Amino acid sequence: MITLKINGLETNVEKGTTLLEAARFLGFPVPTLCHMDGLHPFGACRLCLVEIGEGPRIKLVSSCTYPAEEGLHVRTASRRVMRARKMIIELLLASSPQSKTIQDLASAFDVKQQRFRQEFEDCILCGRCVHMCEEQMMAKAIGFRGRGENRSIGTPFDVQSEECRLCGGCMYVCPVCMLRCTYTEPEKAICGGCANLSVPCIEKEQFDDVMCYMEPCVACEITKD
Amino acid sequence: MKESRLSSATEEIVQKHENELGGVIAMLEEIQLQHSYLPESALKTVASETGRSLVEIYGVATFYKYFSLKPRGEHLVSVCLGTACHVRQGALIAKEFEDQLGIRAGETTPDKKFSLETVNCLGACARGPIVLVDGHYFSNVKKTQVSQILKKAREGLDAIDVTTDQRVFPVKLRCPHCNHSLLDPNYLIDNHPAVRLTISFASKHGWLRLSSLYGSNNIKSEYEIPMNTIADFFCPHCHAELVGSSACPVCNAPMVPMTIYGGGLIQICSRRGCKSHTMDLVNSICINCDNRHTCKLMKPEGGVWFCEEYI
Repeated sequence: MITLKINGLETNVEKGTTLLEAARFLGFPVPTLCHMDGLHPFGACRLCLVEIGEGPRIKLVSSCTYPAEEGLHVRTASRRVMRARKMIIELLLASSPQSKTIQDLASAFDVKQQRFRQEFEDCILCGRCVHMCEEQMMAKAIGFRGRGENRSIGTPFDVQSEECRLCGGCMYVCPVCMLRCTYTEPEKAICGGCANLSVPCIEKEQFDDVMCYMEPCVACEITKD
Repeated sequence: MKESRLSSATEEIVQKHENELGGVIAMLEEIQLQHSYLPESALKTVASETGRSLVEIYGVATFYKYFSLKPRGEHLVSVCLGTACHVRQGALIAKEFEDQLGIRAGETTPDKKFSLETVNCLGACARGPIVLVDGHYFSNVKKTQVSQILKKAREGLDAIDVTTDQRVFPVKLRCPHCNHSLLDPNYLIDNHPAVRLTISFASKHGWLRLSSLYGSNNIKSEYEIPMNTIADFFCPHCHAELVGSSACPVCNAPMVPMTIYGGGLIQICSRRGCKSHTMDLVNSICINCDNRHTCKLMKPEGGVWFCEEYI
């Protein structure tokens, strides 16, 4: 057993527990986007960062990947953590403003302005779908491609992968891309529309073919005409 | 036919690097060297041979800028736009290349001769702007030199001028079995008698003449030998097969041994396109000379020594 302090509260956890699990066990809220129970921690979204250490050795780490250490002092909501977290949310808002999840986060953390160049991406590259595909579906059909600003998630050569079983798991776990089911014009988008995904298309014959990552959602295709 | 040859060559490369750490990158590098880009079918072969998923291999191939998934031209021009080259007008040089080739960076000319790309550092910042063409560095490049660089590339930067290059010298070769001279005085390559051999490959049997200049890669042959073919070599006099005990250090094909007048052994790779060769001077070349005890022109190191010209 490892003894550590989270926000001044002493606790004992099993060896190998991450700081995120320990903090959540004690009831401290730590926001996450890329983390998901059942998938390996990836540390991509950086929302879960917490402050560890004392004195000059204070640093910010992503709690979902950091294992608990003996005698560690963790602060999940210090001023520095909140400032960094707000900045991350602001950046996420700049890239994917239409995501309900990110809008809710911004509202919860009192982010009222967004000072960066506005983009309308439908992916924050958190890698949840990639890990879902690999670890839960054992398919490895999608993955990261490219580097830097050209990094994207998808299948090799942008064609439907032979490994893909059209399970739809990647879409199910995506924290952001709900918009795809609603609108093609991001400026006019109202989020949450994807809730009706199954209604228009379930009776269509092509339903079997379209629950796939690369295709645009057929729900909008059908309701258009 | 072409497809199957491609995949078997790829399989060979995969097997070579299978047990190496970071082997995938080495495999992709070698495949790219062979085809000048990474064909989709080769990536699929790598994936299935290594037991990894295609998306993993594809991720590696797209992560590194060195790898290209599009066919590249014969010559690859890389213009550095790193910080040091940028402040010395590297961008202007890139623009000049774009104008002269009529393509944008990242594209290939329609005649498949040139591919142009910009890179972020070539590791020679003090001498910028740097341009890399087919592995040859050009430093302090000025706008006016661009056309000259392209001209040189067209002529072939790897070509050696056999008439002036100091590293090139003629060798006299003999068959290691029958000791007959392999030189053919009636057939000149590079203005020197050519080395005559008999080769056979894919049920074809004919002559092959090599330049007798050490360092020159010029050959003539009765039949067009396809790239990557491993041929069997024979002596035209005794018809014994010339096959050595060693394998090519580059491509693992068998080496073809020939002895040098005066002692020593030259081995050339039997694979078409592989320029690997070795020269072992068993003893120094003067070892068999009758005058060696009194000679003042002894040449104990390698090469061929025409001392009579100096006497």
